[in-house]
Amino acid sequence: MAVRPSIAGLDGPGPLAQALRAAQYVADEGLATAAYLALALGKPLLLEGSPGVGKTEAAKAIAAVLARRVIRLQCFEGIDASAALYEWNYPRQMLAIRQAGEDYVNIYADQFLIARPLLEALRAPQSAVLLIDEVDRADHEFEAFLLEFLSDFQISIPETGSLRAAEPPVVILTSNRTRDLHEALRRRCVYHWIDYPDPALEAEIVMMRASSVARATAEAVVAAVGRLRAEPLVKPPGVAETVEWGEAATLLAAQGAAWPEAFRRAIGVALKDQDDLAYVGPRLDALIAGAAA
Amino acid sequence: MSGGGTAALPGAARPFLGFAARLRANGFAVSPDRTEGFLAAIGLLGPRALEDVRRAGHAMFGPGPERRAEFDALFDAHFLGRSIAAPAAADEDETEVREDRDGAADPLEPEAEEAGGAEATMAETLTARGLSGGGDEAALARFARRAPARLPRLKSRRLRRARRGAALDMRRALRRALARDGELVELPRRARASRQRRILLLLDVSGSMRAGLDARLRLAHALVQAGERVEVFTLGTRLTRITRPLALRDRGRALARAAGLVADWEGGTRIGAALEALLAVPRFAGFVRGAAVVVVSDGLERDRPEAMVAAVARLSRLAWRVDWLSPLAADPAFEPRTAALAGAAPYLDRIGDGGSTEAIVAGLLDLAEGR
Repeated sequence: MAVRPSIAGLDGPGPLAQALRAAQYVADEGLATAAYLALALGKPLLLEGSPGVGKTEAAKAIAAVLARRVIRLQCFEGIDASAALYEWNYPRQMLAIRQAGEDYVNIYADQFLIARPLLEALRAPQSAVLLIDEVDRADHEFEAFLLEFLSDFQISIPETGSLRAAEPPVVILTSNRTRDLHEALRRRCVYHWIDYPDPALEAEIVMMRASSVARATAEAVVAAVGRLRAEPLVKPPGVAETVEWGEAATLLAAQGAAWPEAFRRAIGVALKDQDDLAYVGPRLDALIAGAAA
Repeated sequence: MSGGGTAALPGAARPFLGFAARLRANGFAVSPDRTEGFLAAIGLLGPRALEDVRRAGHAMFGPGPERRAEFDALFDAHFLGRSIAAPAAADEDETEVREDRDGAADPLEPEAEEAGGAEATMAETLTARGLSGGGDEAALARFARRAPARLPRLKSRRLRRARRGAALDMRRALRRALARDGELVELPRRARASRQRRILLLLDVSGSMRAGLDARLRLAHALVQAGERVEVFTLGTRLTRITRPLALRDRGRALARAAGLVADWEGGTRIGAALEALLAVPRFAGFVRGAAVVVVSDGLERDRPEAMVAAVARLSRLAWRVDWLSPLAADPAFEPRTAALAGAAPYLDRIGDGGSTEAIVAGLLDLAEGR
């Protein structure tokens, strides 16, 4: 494998973590190490974690650090090559045939080709980061197809021939782990399991993303969210919810609500499931009071 | 990647290769290219500290979150010489969730390993018991034949060629037009394909459900083999996912592996807590969403009935339908009288007979009806 110890001037996990921080993303050492290794070894980076821990954000931050644009492929059930790879512009091809009449027309010229994310990434490997988002939503057939794509970064279009990337593009895959990915796909990738950040880190994230939130508020909201995550909830609050809760409570407090009251009234941005609200409801006051102390 | 390459490596690489071998011996999926990646990663990182090596291992061998602790224990044992602590005993109040280790039993690639001592013995006892129970083979064979056509299906997002359909098949239209000098005579169409709906089978393995347990496990194996998207969990004092072992085609080995995984055979009954544990793991809750959930249990809850009722209510909101098959319901005069099952009844689509293999087979095959 081709090893490049230094990428965009970053020669280790430490410098990469600093650059990510400058791009408004706080990465722990595990993530910085995995991301650095993926870039240096030219392998795809597979990020797994519960919904809302910041997998997609991490990918965007890495793209920002590399000063590349993100080409995003959102996976869904039933995604196939025409949505991921390329599609011919059939109506234009038909028109071209009609207009040409007796003349020769090449209906497989580039102007009739609609590039989808994977093809787009192959054409511009130096200027883009390919984000394959929520790969667990796609089905096994697509996973097998992806495996082929990720092994040699080559696409063959039957009508025109095959296209190969000049260099392997930077690829980041995310998965919510609603199903197990196949071992062969995992093996191709550098892996990182993103956990909920520890309280100190999460407070830092809250303050970085929402500048209006004071340190004491950030710490209280992180403590409260930590308690909520320990409950058996259908949808435990993610990092984005923590940030929004802190922001919402700050807003309500600025309008004159007392602190515990502001937290309680803003609970709707942290818990978005009626069952969860009903389950936590009776103990919410005690939970918030305990967290603020 | 060959043996020659290993010999040419500097001596300093030896402990790392040893660690890879140790991981493999403990059931982690370690392939030569992963080991190669691990060595390259260590080279890249310096490494300045042992933690760098650990993080390189996490990134390159990719142990899932459920095996992270085991990985770290092996790492400490190998590089720090620490002994491996026995896993802490489960807290009585905490409902433990158990799952097969990933990679170790990947059902897509049958392994050639010999069934070792304990496992083989277990397989023998199970088959021996199965033979004595006997009589359900015909029902299982009938089930395997009928399942593909009778299990509930739903519309997929994937489009397939169809005579009638909402979407035009532009690709085919163009090809046909080309064959006729650009003249389009008919419009080929595509429609949404159908696929089997996910089935979530929850088997009660507590003491009160002892009778017929082997038969139900054989049926669960038949279901996993016949269906496309099936998840099987056992409920007792804790929750155990046995889908992976049951995916092994050989029934004796599949059941032996499942038996080795379930630690609460014939124990107490805490259905409510086990269902709560199922719903609390986002990944498992994802299995429930839109699925046909079948619970095979007598509903004799040892804990507070409210917990079970609340869990069933939540289950019914997430799932497509929830069926409760109870052996007690084999009696025509049966009515749910225990507080737990009576409370849960309004949330169930059906309370049916779960007394025999035939009855459960009928229950599974009729899932698609009446909805």
